[in-house]
Amino acid sequence: MSRLTADNEARARRIMALYPRPKSALIPLLHLAQSQDGHLTDEAVRHVAELVGITPAEAAGTATFYEMFKFHPVGRYLVNVCTNISCALLGADDLVAHASAALGVKPGGTTDDGMFTLETVECMAACTEAPCLAVNYRYRLRVTPNDFDDLVAAIRSGDIDQEIPHHGTLARVHQEIPEGRMAGISSPEQARAAPAWMAAGAEGAG
Amino acid sequence: MTGPAGEGPAVEITVDGAAVAARPGELLIEACERNGVYIPRFCYHPRMASVGMCRMCLVTVDTGRGPSLQPSCMVTVAEAMAVETESAAAVKAQNGVLEFLLINHPLDCPVCDKGGECPLQDQTMAYGPGESRFVEEKRHFEKPIAISATVHLDRERCILCDRCTRFADQVAGDPLISFMGRGGATEVNTFADEPFASYFSGNTVQICPVGALTAEPYRFKARPWDLTEAVSTAWVDSVGARVSVQSSRNRVLRVQGVDADAVNWGWLTDKERFGFEALDSDGRVTGPLVRDAATGALVPASWADAATRAVEALSRAPAERVAVLGGARLTNESQYAWAKLAKGVIGTDNVDAQLDDGLPPELVLSLPRATIDEVCRPGGVIVLLGGDPKEELGSLYLRLRHAVVSDGATLIEITPRATGLSGLAAHSLHPRPGETAELMRALLAAAATGAADGGAAGCDRAAIAAAAAALDGEFTVVLGRGSLAETADSAAAAAAMLAGRGSVRFLPVLRRGNVNGAFDAGLAPGLAPGRTLLAAGTDRLAGIWPRVPARPGRDARAVLKAASVGEIDVLVLLGADPLNDFSDRAVAANALDGAGSVIAVDLFVNDSAARAADVVLAAAGPTETEGTFTNIEGRVSPMAQKVTPPGTARADWMIAADLARRLGADLGFASPAEIRSEMAEASELHRALTPEALAASPVEGVMLAGTQIPVPAVEAPVAPGSRGLRLVATRTMYDDGVMLRHCPSSRGLARGPEARVNPAALYRIDARPSTTVRVSSARGHLDATLVVDEGVPVGAVAVGWLAPGAPANALIEAGSPVTEVTVEAR
Repeated sequence: MSRLTADNEARARRIMALYPRPKSALIPLLHLAQSQDGHLTDEAVRHVAELVGITPAEAAGTATFYEMFKFHPVGRYLVNVCTNISCALLGADDLVAHASAALGVKPGGTTDDGMFTLETVECMAACTEAPCLAVNYRYRLRVTPNDFDDLVAAIRSGDIDQEIPHHGTLARVHQEIPEGRMAGISSPEQARAAPAWMAAGAEGAG
Repeated sequence: MTGPAGEGPAVEITVDGAAVAARPGELLIEACERNGVYIPRFCYHPRMASVGMCRMCLVTVDTGRGPSLQPSCMVTVAEAMAVETESAAAVKAQNGVLEFLLINHPLDCPVCDKGGECPLQDQTMAYGPGESRFVEEKRHFEKPIAISATVHLDRERCILCDRCTRFADQVAGDPLISFMGRGGATEVNTFADEPFASYFSGNTVQICPVGALTAEPYRFKARPWDLTEAVSTAWVDSVGARVSVQSSRNRVLRVQGVDADAVNWGWLTDKERFGFEALDSDGRVTGPLVRDAATGALVPASWADAATRAVEALSRAPAERVAVLGGARLTNESQYAWAKLAKGVIGTDNVDAQLDDGLPPELVLSLPRATIDEVCRPGGVIVLLGGDPKEELGSLYLRLRHAVVSDGATLIEITPRATGLSGLAAHSLHPRPGETAELMRALLAAAATGAADGGAAGCDRAAIAAAAAALDGEFTVVLGRGSLAETADSAAAAAAMLAGRGSVRFLPVLRRGNVNGAFDAGLAPGLAPGRTLLAAGTDRLAGIWPRVPARPGRDARAVLKAASVGEIDVLVLLGADPLNDFSDRAVAANALDGAGSVIAVDLFVNDSAARAADVVLAAAGPTETEGTFTNIEGRVSPMAQKVTPPGTARADWMIAADLARRLGADLGFASPAEIRSEMAEASELHRALTPEALAASPVEGVMLAGTQIPVPAVEAPVAPGSRGLRLVATRTMYDDGVMLRHCPSSRGLARGPEARVNPAALYRIDARPSTTVRVSSARGHLDATLVVDEGVPVGAVAVGWLAPGAPANALIEAGSPVTEVTVEAR
């Protein structure tokens, strides 16, 4: 996989149409590219840049600012273990050491089967439930080494596929807004104009 | 740039206890500097928008709510503002900022090219804490990575000031470098496999406040304190960008931009910046050469032998069988000397500084002129009639781009194909080749009546009506030569129509070096020095010139056609290369072969001289001789001599004087200054060019304004009726020209031959895009890669003028109103 597939390009164009300026759709489109390949490939970034009308360097400049965009292949499940102060006081280091041993990779590494990538991260804003971790950004709280093993087993068995989708998946249901319900595309300069649905008196009818 | 500070009553502020009058809307850092208080800075640059990135310019500002630290590059002045630039808090902030900036800076000053002229080094000495409390490991990157063919980036030295990235985005419009990553891992970089291939990349090196960006030609060549500099004028094109030529031990090592407010704002193209390398290259002619009768090769000779051979040929030939082509490379003074030699001593008027690649000089000189500032006036309307400024006159392109992007100017382009400005143009019209005059007639008719009758020249009615509406009020015209595959007649007729509207002023953008100086010196058929027709200037020249040609002579096209049938006995090539630069390669080749003797006066043995020159006289180059340069506006600025010419090469005016002496005449001057004073006598125009005037305006130069030539009647050619594919040939920044061939940093930058067609015209071509095709005309053919390009008119095939291995002039018949071609698969 490299550039956006035809389906995804069509979706990209629908996303761009939601914004007054194509460039505003840059980050949603990067997410779309990441959901396609699991990480952002150079070709996909280039394709997204072409679609929104900026240079690849500008697109990469924006993309690399964000931790959640990955530029190298990561496992199907991205495990972020918090090592910030609250978690550290309640055993995060032990948890990281255990996770490392259980998965057989150092933090930053990916298991050979491509299932797991282990990362340590800064505060995830769940200090009251320390130590915490996130798998593909779904939180697990007050995690003990045993909990970790159970979690890995559950993932490997496919039991929680519904709860935790593969890395890169933003949503499994995509919102579609019918034409008549859209707030109306207008340039920022004209943004004070009433949105189309309001003008049509369509509230509740659509 | 944030634009000039607004008009209005001065704003009274207090700086370090002293009352200061600031301009309304002025940035605090500018107001302080204008009043003699320098605030240290790294990211702030007066020609770019402020970002407040480096925090070095923090000062204590009190606007009545108590003192607080604020970045002076982000604060505009306000009435009664009290500013302390050296308060305890400001000094502590400067110390802190510098300590932070140096946390990751390698301090490799002893091996850094910037050492000695480095703002970071200087300001650390002046404002820094003196020592660092940071003991941890600094961050490491691969040492310099090449981000373009000439520019290297050392990310360890970078302090993330955003100057280069802002330049690329705001000024050049090529945002190919960007901040990547975040926080302590932020770096400047390009996208993978997408180099910083901007025509303007060298400017980032000049504005980098540390040694992070370095340019290949200067890397490790010298220390700044070994350099001496002289302010001069860039010579590779006709904008006349001001430069500082810097040399050490009689070698030019670097050229940097000088901020001339009226001209280039400190910016240069890479060709202007790095073109000096050609002057010092192995291909340089360092002494006279003569053709050896036995072997046919050019062999070194003494000046006496070479000049004797040249003079023997000249003295044998009747005046009307002598022709002088070229001269745009020369200084104004050398041009005058050659004009005097050719017209006043030899007596021929077959003199032309252009090679059928510009516009009729009597038209150009007759038009009321606009300055660059007038064209780029905020809110103005600019009509671009001709070529692509980005490819031909890069530093003018930056000014035009700024006018449109930042100053609300409206651009209407009427060009043979899309240009570097098309994305910014309010209206882009690309007439069918050869039909510019038809389009202009339709446009002006639509502007007069308020409605367009119909389409014209392949442009549709709506586009013409929209552009015509924009021509309602005042506008200026940037007038150049568009496609070289058609004669200039149609464009000249279009220009004359605009001139007929009155109140329209023109910026003529003929691209060839000092071509404007050449016109002003009379290096064109029918002209005398000072924008005067020869017939009208005879009286003034009597007593100064030994003689004046009785009848107007031939232009370059007529000279070469005459030479090709044996009617020219001596052809002097004054830095001219007809084989590559004249529109018709076959005629040029026949002319070189058919001329009795060919004398080249040049820096290099170009293709024409290699083919046919009997004598090559070695000329001194732009940094090797003193003189002046006239730019597109008519602005005269000094060319400085910084080094001595190589070998026995001589200034062109000395060569003219030597040949004149051997012909039994004395040109009557022995220095450029003496030539200037004679020019002031011979030409009304040049009277303004006094030593005092030049000394009084060392950066902006002296404007020569006015003309003695009435607007000539220009007949619009009748558009041919045929509907075949027509050729568009336009100049590109990098081509296979002789200077670029000898310039290491630009070698290899010329794009390979491409034949560009509109997607809607693809059905007429039996070949697939990206494959090699053969473009053929009745004259010849060339092979190029087929490229689909929506910016090319539907009925046209666009090629670059002098792509390596595929000269467009092989297809063109000189004087033909259009060039019809066919394209087929190879």
